[in-house]
Amino acid sequence: MNFEYFFRLFFSGLTRGSIYALLALGYTMVYGIIKLINFAHGEIYMIGAFTALIVAGALSLTGMPALAILVLASVVALVYSSMYGYTVEKIAYKPLRQAPRLSALIVAIGMSMFLQNYLLLAQTSNFLPFPDLLPEFSLPESWGGMVNGPQFLIFVTTAIIMVALTLLIKFTRMGKSMRATSQDKVMAALLGINVNRIISYTFIIGSFTAALGGILISSYTGQINYFIGFLAGIKAFVAAVLGGIGSIPGAVLGSIVLGMAESFAAGYISSVYEDVFAFVILVLILIFKPSGLLGKPEVQKV
Amino acid sequence: MKLEAVKRSALLAMWFILLTFPVMVVRVNTVTGVVQWRWSNLVLVGLGSFVISLVWNWALARTAGRGGEAAEAGATDEATGGSGLRIGERMSDLRTMLSEPRYRTPAYALLAVVIVAFPFVMSLYQTNIMISALVYVMLALGLNIVIGLGGMLHLGYIAFYLVGAYTYGILNRFFGIGFWVALPIGAALSVVAGILLALPVLRLRGDYLAIVTLGFGEIARIVMNNTTKFSGGPQGIGGIPRPTLFGLEMGLLGVTRYTYYIIVVVVIITVFVVYRFENSRIGRALAAMGEDEIAAQAMGVDLTRMKLTAFALGSVWAGIGGVILAARTTFINPASFTVWESVIVLCCVVLGGMGSIPGAIVGALALILVPEYLRAFSDYRMLMFGAVLVVMMVFRPGGLIPKRRRSYTVDVAHEEEVVS
Amino acid sequence: MRKAIVFVVALSLVASFAMASGSGEEAPIKIGVGGAHSGDLASYGLPTVNAAELVVEMVNAEGGVLGRQIELVVEDDQCKPEVATNTAAKLVGEGVVAVIGHICSGATRAALGIYTGEEVIVISPSATNPPLTQSGEFPTFFRTIAPDDAQGQLQAQFVAEELGLTSVAVLHDGGDYGKGLADFAQIALEANYPGVEVVLYEGVTVGAVDYSAIINRVAESGAEGVIWGGYHPEASKLVGQMRSQGMDTLFVSGDGVKDQSFIDVAGADSEGVYATGPRDTSANPMDKAATEAHLAKYGETPGPFFMNGYAGTLAILNAIEAAGGDDDPAAIMAALRSENVDTPLGSISFDERGDAIGVGFAVFQVQNGQYVQLDN
Repeated sequence: MNFEYFFRLFFSGLTRGSIYALLALGYTMVYGIIKLINFAHGEIYMIGAFTALIVAGALSLTGMPALAILVLASVVALVYSSMYGYTVEKIAYKPLRQAPRLSALIVAIGMSMFLQNYLLLAQTSNFLPFPDLLPEFSLPESWGGMVNGPQFLIFVTTAIIMVALTLLIKFTRMGKSMRATSQDKVMAALLGINVNRIISYTFIIGSFTAALGGILISSYTGQINYFIGFLAGIKAFVAAVLGGIGSIPGAVLGSIVLGMAESFAAGYISSVYEDVFAFVILVLILIFKPSGLLGKPEVQKV
Repeated sequence: MKLEAVKRSALLAMWFILLTFPVMVVRVNTVTGVVQWRWSNLVLVGLGSFVISLVWNWALARTAGRGGEAAEAGATDEATGGSGLRIGERMSDLRTMLSEPRYRTPAYALLAVVIVAFPFVMSLYQTNIMISALVYVMLALGLNIVIGLGGMLHLGYIAFYLVGAYTYGILNRFFGIGFWVALPIGAALSVVAGILLALPVLRLRGDYLAIVTLGFGEIARIVMNNTTKFSGGPQGIGGIPRPTLFGLEMGLLGVTRYTYYIIVVVVIITVFVVYRFENSRIGRALAAMGEDEIAAQAMGVDLTRMKLTAFALGSVWAGIGGVILAARTTFINPASFTVWESVIVLCCVVLGGMGSIPGAIVGALALILVPEYLRAFSDYRMLMFGAVLVVMMVFRPGGLIPKRRRSYTVDVAHEEEVVS
Repeated sequence: MRKAIVFVVALSLVASFAMASGSGEEAPIKIGVGGAHSGDLASYGLPTVNAAELVVEMVNAEGGVLGRQIELVVEDDQCKPEVATNTAAKLVGEGVVAVIGHICSGATRAALGIYTGEEVIVISPSATNPPLTQSGEFPTFFRTIAPDDAQGQLQAQFVAEELGLTSVAVLHDGGDYGKGLADFAQIALEANYPGVEVVLYEGVTVGAVDYSAIINRVAESGAEGVIWGGYHPEASKLVGQMRSQGMDTLFVSGDGVKDQSFIDVAGADSEGVYATGPRDTSANPMDKAATEAHLAKYGETPGPFFMNGYAGTLAILNAIEAAGGDDDPAAIMAALRSENVDTPLGSISFDERGDAIGVGFAVFQVQNGQYVQLDN
């Protein structure tokens, strides 16, 4: 058994898992509150990354220092994708609150296609190189070169976001309102919670984390096009379900499990079958735990 | 009131100008380092969103005004119409009209003439795309059983389409088996695949079921992509013969028309069977399960059997559709069977109206034919497709032709049960 | 019923003949252009449209072919087989005598199912799948690009003889083009160069967020070089991640990567990457003229397969002229085979199977941000 190889695969799985987690958090929060699979979530991730690219590209001509560009581009991109998330919810999802759930799902699919093609037409269909925004740094030798700088940054960011979100949900007033809304919208409204505002907050927070994932992964892989959100979105959705949709620690755990499964399948079996392996694990887990790893069993109301 | 609306739309236009600014105005080429500023787009976005917002709010206000109960009622019949309430009324007028024999017979006769004459009046190209559209009609009808009746969100439906297509492709490749023999085998294998898929997912519900079926669809595609010796791998299988008629030599035009009639007959059979099924004992039990599993179980519906039946009956049409697809394109490869195709079929069903047979037909025809005729706008067609899905669902969440509930009214005067 | 059908068929045939002859000899010759013109592979299909337009513009300005003008009918297939059959039916319906296209091998194969029976001549600038010509199923199919088995053989030879490697990893993207090419390279290595061991044969998932697992696997396998079958976006991701892991494994790929956009996206990491592709013809005066015409009309340098599309259009117009009209496909095909025509790719004609004679591949390497042809 080659331990170094094992750990390399472990960390590459962790990288993937962390990116999935940043996306899955948004899925799971939105689902928890309005029971909607937000198919357009992957597109928010893509728009976040694209906005960062545009801002960084425009700023780099002004000769600004790299760190300032990084900060400015990220801030603008995060703000913008939150705005997109908010707008999408207001236009497309809000009118369908009471409609059959599948209708809302179709709206989400339509929104996803619209946003993809909006970027395609307004920008380009080609792949573009993504500017190297992440600061270069090397990790101490003792890490054995198993993790590189960008990977490390991705883990740390995901961990910080997860802790911050958990604290937010647990202890702030907004978090409590969110939990109340997800349990019972009518009751929450009766208790004076502005349900619409809470739903908007959820979309803003979800879009924020998704865009963060988009920026991180695009600078890590160094390329971007209008289609990167689709597959990542589907994977994150799988991860959210695997962990138990609606549960925040579940989304992170599910993402890490999925990332690991793919990485080890690619490393030890065959990377052609990495998706097959990921889905087989999903099926096995769901057969034994039908509501995901950390999901609460759905109580059926009769 | 009017002024208020204009002011709101103006504000909204400002918001959209701000929102789309980086994407619409700035274009950075990170290779050459050239930045383009397209200020004219700003004006377009502003004007466009102003006008759209005016229309949108007006339409939305109508929806809210007219159908307060519409929202509550969900999928139930006319009430679902929303702003399309008027269309809904017109639809139901049409329906009552069609239930009278003196209108119904000529209407059906006209439809039959159009269907029969179509390949002779229209060009080869039109016939060809009509065949594609009709294959999707079959897929939509089949998926409708699982989703519309059984209430199970199925995102891997395309896998059965794949089973059908590859059954014909592989049987022909290795054993030289022809279309008419492959058709029942493809259908049978799809049913087997449907039951095999249903077994492990019996306990799953809602979105958990959705994601597992999505996974199965992907697994089927990936396996076909990587078993090169068996399935031809990504290069697929070519040279699949078109349908034959007692060894008769037909030109391309002839065989296309022949294929068209085959698919028309199969679609008619599908509609008939699905219609009969829906009104059968099992169909109603299935519908009950789709509504509420626990209540259905309490009423003595065997959920396991129902779920297996739904999957089996849903899959068979996809299998037949797959065989016809393989015969039509003469070439199949796994790239034609992605998640995306499952999503398109799902859109056909929901856009048409879940659980509604005419809905599935109209939805599939609309979603497949409209983009084909929009070829002229090739760049914008996917954008429009997405926008249409959103707009349709926002204003008409029950679909184009919503499902009609079977309702029983007691006519006091005649004391007679009328089935409407 | 049968009688009625026969009658209507006869009627429509008569009608179409009447229309065809009624419009006289001035009717333009229709040439179709099929391929991916929208969607994510559009960048491979659109250059051929430009090429056909430029050639036709030039020929029409000089009075056309046999005194008749040429009319182009451009249709999109998005590189999808099921769409391609509709595209082909539409072109056949328009009455085209020949089609320049299609772009992707799978879509071409599906479209040929329609064209073959109708005797429409097809000249593809880019469909490199060998069976298209070698199977003999498609007598009306020609191409102005060499097939993938020739490319795979060249890659194998280059890896074994020029680079002198003893172990390689073969990776592909699981697509019809990419896996096909990788398979041919592997077959050629195993058959002809026993000194080179294929230590890893793997597919990667297109669009996956990162490839570090498969890259670790390449490192673990100890391969000195990677042979990649696939397109450039995945190639740049693979090369970039290999370099950032500090691996200096050589990277050899095919014409899907031999494109300036690979260098643009991969940046400095692309330096030293090898790719096989159609031989550099920029020294050919016709190539220079075509490039300049493209620059003048579209304001940029031509994209992939432009020259192949250009050569194909020239060849078919030449053959129509030699055959004395567009009404006898057999004569036109015979002319394609017998007549040499001067194109940017050199003087070409077609062999019995439909492959162009005098078109081949060469190995290129990225040097200082440019692909440079290696003399071998």
